[in-house]
Amino acid sequence: MNRARSDPAIAFSGRALDCMRGDRWVFSGLEFALGAGDVLVLSGPNGSGKSSLLRIMAGLLAPVSGAVQWHGADIADDRDAHAARLHYVGHLDAVKLALTVAENLRFWAALRGERDGIDRALDEFGLAPLADLPARFLSAGQRRRLAPAPPPPPARPPRFRPAGQRRRLALARIAASAAPLWLLDEPTVALDGEGVAAVHAAIRAHCAGGGCCVVSTNTALDLAGAAALDVGRYAAGPAVRP
Amino acid sequence: MSRLHGLASPARFLRLADRVQPWTGWGAALLIGAGLVVGLGFSPADYQQGETVRIMYIHVPAAWMALFCYATMALGAAAGLIWRHPLAHVIAHSAAPIGACFTIVCLATGMLWGKPIWGRWWVWDARLTSVLILLFLYLGYIALANAFDNTARGDRSSAILALVGAVNLPVIKFSVDWWNTLHQPASVTRIGAPAIHDSMLAPLLLMAAGFLCLFLTLLFVRVRAGLLARRLRALRHARAHAPAVGGMDTGTGLS
Amino acid sequence: MNAFAAALGRELRLAIREPGEAATAVMFFVLAAILFPFGVGPEANLLARIAAGVLWVAALLAAMLSLERPFLGDYEDGNFEVLALSPLALSLVVAAKMLAHWLTTCIPLVAASPLLALLLDLGGGGYLALVAAMALGTPTVSLIGGVGAALTLGARRGGVLLSILVLPLLVPVLIFGAAAVDAAIAGLPVRQHLMVLAAMALAASALCPWASAAAVRQALE
Repeated sequence: MNRARSDPAIAFSGRALDCMRGDRWVFSGLEFALGAGDVLVLSGPNGSGKSSLLRIMAGLLAPVSGAVQWHGADIADDRDAHAARLHYVGHLDAVKLALTVAENLRFWAALRGERDGIDRALDEFGLAPLADLPARFLSAGQRRRLAPAPPPPPARPPRFRPAGQRRRLALARIAASAAPLWLLDEPTVALDGEGVAAVHAAIRAHCAGGGCCVVSTNTALDLAGAAALDVGRYAAGPAVRP
Repeated sequence: MSRLHGLASPARFLRLADRVQPWTGWGAALLIGAGLVVGLGFSPADYQQGETVRIMYIHVPAAWMALFCYATMALGAAAGLIWRHPLAHVIAHSAAPIGACFTIVCLATGMLWGKPIWGRWWVWDARLTSVLILLFLYLGYIALANAFDNTARGDRSSAILALVGAVNLPVIKFSVDWWNTLHQPASVTRIGAPAIHDSMLAPLLLMAAGFLCLFLTLLFVRVRAGLLARRLRALRHARAHAPAVGGMDTGTGLS
Repeated sequence: MNAFAAALGRELRLAIREPGEAATAVMFFVLAAILFPFGVGPEANLLARIAAGVLWVAALLAAMLSLERPFLGDYEDGNFEVLALSPLALSLVVAAKMLAHWLTTCIPLVAASPLLALLLDLGGGGYLALVAAMALGTPTVSLIGGVGAALTLGARRGGVLLSILVLPLLVPVLIFGAAAVDAAIAGLPVRQHLMVLAAMALAASALCPWASAAAVRQALE
């Protein structure tokens, strides 16, 4: 992997990343680099550290050693600036059930000083007819924490009741305001075919506009030209050598 | 190399502890023994308080140690938060129960002293009340440190609490002193009077030095136990995950 | 500033959509205070003597009840992760939560306190001092409580633990809050007590959002 630090083509990169969760080493010596308009797909077995890597990229988790850089500047130096330039979708949908769909979106957009993108984002993820409905009436899709079952294949015919409406709302949040870096942790999980297609379209549009995107997934994604990173390759051995 | 990051410095600490611990251990035994002999046998009885004044030789050093342990704990917590070093957190966790015990000793001896002097087991004396709240700060810290399945969470949460408590302690002390003067006449004899005779100061300082050595000895023992417990956890995690990584590996890794 | 207003608006909206939390706190406050006459007997003199302390203790306990949800809710449903990654500083996010807790829980407690004082037959001059002391003292409760709520995110027995951690730290508020009322009843000046309460609230508002944000950030790791 070409990792010249001053290379202007590289927007977002990580170098010699070591990660530890609790008392367990997750990965070590991990490297990545993305240019503007690139998609990086993270793969690897469960527990290999895809989510941890995304959290390190977001600045939520500090690596034990190594550094993540945006255009050559360490993200740990200015966390707020890094947070302002990224959208993160984690395992949890970050949906407030007592608020309506539109209120949820409006709040996140207001935090970023954005007002106009909400209707477009609702349309993009097929939520426009539900905008005034409290989010607790949306379908949740499968519970990830309890059963990480494989997500539905992309070309499934539309179901009677669209699955994963809350997940769609979580994704509409990132489409509602602009940020150059998207970090998506298994975004298509719990979605039906239509939802998956909407995610792919959103990622393609984001990258066509010069954005970067890192996606973790357990399934094949329909994203031409995406780079792949097998996180499992960097698995660290036992933490303690007796 | 970075993999050894979590262990290199603790190993050095344990080597140091091994060398120092016999000195502090024997020091504690000799100093406390000497302090008891001098305090109980050779120091004069107080003209007002009589023989009960001898409780002071345990009570006052215990109160000092209660505060000293909290300071140790807060410093360890701060170091753990700033440098993210597990050893500092282990030191903070190890100091807490020792400090809580010194606090309990201080409260118990204060009550024993209060019965003959005040005629009651407990009087809401300003100093005793402050120490009582200190005990609850210790207990809260210990409860929070053990309330998480994830060791790192317990480390950092309790560290922040220790610092919040350290900032709050002077405010609490001041408030309780003020509350006490408001509600009680100043005629109550305070424990550990400021003007103290040399013949009483000697056993007091002997005991204080002995308690300090005792604290260090117990701290070394607890830090060693804490580090071993963490090592054990890490080994168990490694055992649980090692076969899984090998079995599910796609063939490219761990070559 | 707009982002802070949005965060505060969201907290208030959530509290209004689920009014049970604040209502429970007020009911607990009332119930805890009216249990005392059953415990110590109905003599008016005794009740008047302990009224200030009883009301303050009951208010502190009641305020603990509604502290957990605004923090734990956002922690469990993933909102804190996104809030921590928003352009609004996390200390302001938690400050909005603390302010919302004060507005939705502590203000109703302050409003209910003169009525309860009436039941306990607080002396004539005490009512105004009680309301003033509660209004100046409860911000500290929300602020320090917000630190405790952030520290216990994801802890076993989080709710009880929160009270155990926070209540010892609130002893100064209790001392000066109750003393202000006692002073007013005794005809002594109340001003310095209120100023100490205000000073504590100011110091807490400078330090607590910062400590709470640090606690949330480490909880998200």
